[in-house]
Amino acid sequence: MNAIENAGRFFLFLKSTVHNPEPFRVYPKLVVVEMVKIGTDSFLIVAIVSSFIGAVTCIQTADNLVSPLVPLSVIGTIVRDMTLLELAPTFTCVVLAGKVGSNLAGEIGSMRITEQVDALEVMGINASSYLILPKMIAACIMIPALCVMSAILALMGGYLIGVAADVITPHDYIEGLRSGFRASNVYFALVKSFVFAFLISSISSYKGYFTTGGALEIGQASTKAVTNSVIGILIADFLLAQLLI
Amino acid sequence: MIEIKNIKKRFGDKQVIDGVSGRFENSNNSLIIGASGTGKSVLLKCIVGLVAPDEGDVLFDGRSLYKSSLKEVKNIRREMGMLFQGGALFDSLTVAENVRFPLDMLTEGMGASEKADRVHQCLIKVGLEQAADKKPAEISGGMRKRVGIARAIVMNPKYLFCDEPNSGLDPMTSIKIDELISEITDEYNMTTIVVTHDMNSVMGIGEYVMFLYQGKKEWEGDNKSILHSDSVALREFVFASKIMESLL
Repeated sequence: MNAIENAGRFFLFLKSTVHNPEPFRVYPKLVVVEMVKIGTDSFLIVAIVSSFIGAVTCIQTADNLVSPLVPLSVIGTIVRDMTLLELAPTFTCVVLAGKVGSNLAGEIGSMRITEQVDALEVMGINASSYLILPKMIAACIMIPALCVMSAILALMGGYLIGVAADVITPHDYIEGLRSGFRASNVYFALVKSFVFAFLISSISSYKGYFTTGGALEIGQASTKAVTNSVIGILIADFLLAQLLI
Repeated sequence: MIEIKNIKKRFGDKQVIDGVSGRFENSNNSLIIGASGTGKSVLLKCIVGLVAPDEGDVLFDGRSLYKSSLKEVKNIRREMGMLFQGGALFDSLTVAENVRFPLDMLTEGMGASEKADRVHQCLIKVGLEQAADKKPAEISGGMRKRVGIARAIVMNPKYLFCDEPNSGLDPMTSIKIDELISEITDEYNMTTIVVTHDMNSVMGIGEYVMFLYQGKKEWEGDNKSILHSDSVALREFVFASKIMESLL
């Protein structure tokens, strides 16, 4: 299947998730279940990664800031801007593409292989809408929320390690965080994380939904879901930077 | 009654189904049989609408599955129950929840106690009321098939489809599943189509048998006349086991 056919099938797949959906009453519970799976279950890994990223950014920035003419508060400013513009939305979503993306593709792929998707279709249920739409909605709610949490934890990680390693004083760090703050950077981060959430959930679901074969192919679908999601995130990251900055 | 008209299906260069037509009467156990790779399961998937045929149509009591509106197709599908080869039970749900699933999804205004009662009746019907709280991973293959049957009949369908209901089962369980399908067909006055290559099923419940050979309908009749067919392909299939010769 060539790229154009694949893209066409992907868009038809997206259309099928919203075309002729199930009654509204079906979705709220499913969305909440998926929010727990995507959001709550990813909290720890995002917290660990974000804290360390913030800490490392702070230490490395301080290490490279050799000029005595540059105030130390710049470290806080750099950590803030790097976190908001790139690390919190993009890095977190790359991590989530691995965790959530492979999970979605594996789950839907195994349902496809074991004919559970066919069982839904035979009952007259729109399987793509029933299975995929709640996951996409949950991802688009929880992943931006995780990115916000990631940004907060990264800034806290930078603060704690910066102060503990004695490379910056608490006052300088806080002053750096507040200096020249632009609220638009937060909106930009939220828009990016929303777009990335959509890409992760839709690409991974698509890869899982069209799995054929057996256990080996489920593994392959999960791998493709992660790699394609990451590529999608990086391309979207570039395009959004061009469009919104 | 289900009528299939000139169904054709090709995958790549291979013509899997080549112009198959037939009628499956109400209250009959209709069997589609044939060797592996002859297109039985593909034909069944064409009949239920999981695979769209390249040509042909399927009529459910005169209503076309492939020429009707989306709403009409949905209505037809809601009159179907299907038992899949592996049961196709939802792993995250218990046995009772699996059986209740179509009621939750497809009925409005049905109370929780009414649903629970209906599920209980269906589980009693398949002899699994004790396993209601178990997950599919905790029960045997035969039990999974019986849960699949309970789920298939919970909506009181007009049409029941079974894809290889005996595969992977021991002979005793296999006979029990056949008897259950036959009993349910009579009791609920359903049109039942079973895809199988098990000659025990053919001889046990085959009131109408369609034999597929290389994607075409080679023979049709009942299980009494199958032993006396002139078709070479059918005779090879039927008498592959020496035990069958003793029935002559």
